[in-house]
Amino acid sequence: MASKISIEDLAKIRKETLRTMNLREGSGKVKMNVHMGTCGIAAGARKILEAVLSEVETRGLNDIIVTNSGCAGLCSQEPMMTVEVYNEPAPVKYVSLTPEKVKKIFDSHVLKGEIVKEYALALGSETTV
Amino acid sequence: MQDISLHILDIAENSIKAGANFIEIAINEDTEKNSLTIEIRDNGKGMSSEMAAKVKDPFTTSRTERKVGLGLSLLEQAAIAAGGKVTVESEEGKGTTVKAEFMYDHIDRKPMGKITDTLISLLSNENNIDIKYTHKKNTGEFEFVSTQLKSLLGLNSLKDSKVLIVLKEIINSKLEEIS
Repeated sequence: MASKISIEDLAKIRKETLRTMNLREGSGKVKMNVHMGTCGIAAGARKILEAVLSEVETRGLNDIIVTNSGCAGLCSQEPMMTVEVYNEPAPVKYVSLTPEKVKKIFDSHVLKGEIVKEYALALGSETTV
Repeated sequence: MQDISLHILDIAENSIKAGANFIEIAINEDTEKNSLTIEIRDNGKGMSSEMAAKVKDPFTTSRTERKVGLGLSLLEQAAIAAGGKVTVESEEGKGTTVKAEFMYDHIDRKPMGKITDTLISLLSNENNIDIKYTHKKNTGEFEFVSTQLKSLLGLNSLKDSKVLIVLKEIINSKLEEIS
């Protein structure tokens, strides 16, 4: 007989969902999308996703959508993550990530709204002055 | 890829790209027969028999961004290095099944790695993916079906980071029980 998710386990999950539903004001304010193509996975994208989930947990945040998608087309810069903040003009692509960098992105971008420029792919386009 | 769980994630990502919304992952560890088999079955769009025959070739891909497709080739390389093989069966419009076999105690057999993290990654994919996961280890067996869990909880999706965190703990402890 295969072991399965038990009634007690269900109760635990249920408790979490009720808690988050109660606290949630509408949908997420921040969406964090880790790119997971072959290139990303080989470069450590799953560790980045785990780091994001664990930051959400330890900081007790309730308005973060954590998700993942395929290759973003810039394999040499993986692992990458796109961070989108509600009401900010444009999503930011962070490149060559590590769990430590993820921590800083939470401290700065997610919590204070300040983009971590040194980890971002590019800032604006070329100027002529 | 450092471990087998990352290969599984990679192959399942192919399934998602092929439009699958239900992926079955079956792992069978049989130390008596000295075998480890991994089966990933999806309900994606499938492939023609011509494509299925050459899909393990790294210079074959259906993608247009670039001309190489490494996922299946890397898996095959890992399986062959551990005295095993990879077979791909596919039917257009029905889906694809990838089966990888390894010699369990082969010195070059990659470790399983964090399979729970792979499952959590799949459940948090931007497309709503359902999974059926069965993991047998000799006489022990664990089964997880996301559709069942959703209906028991009355949720449309498990894609809530808090839910995923609790689920990860639960699956980890269940897998510990069977190992």
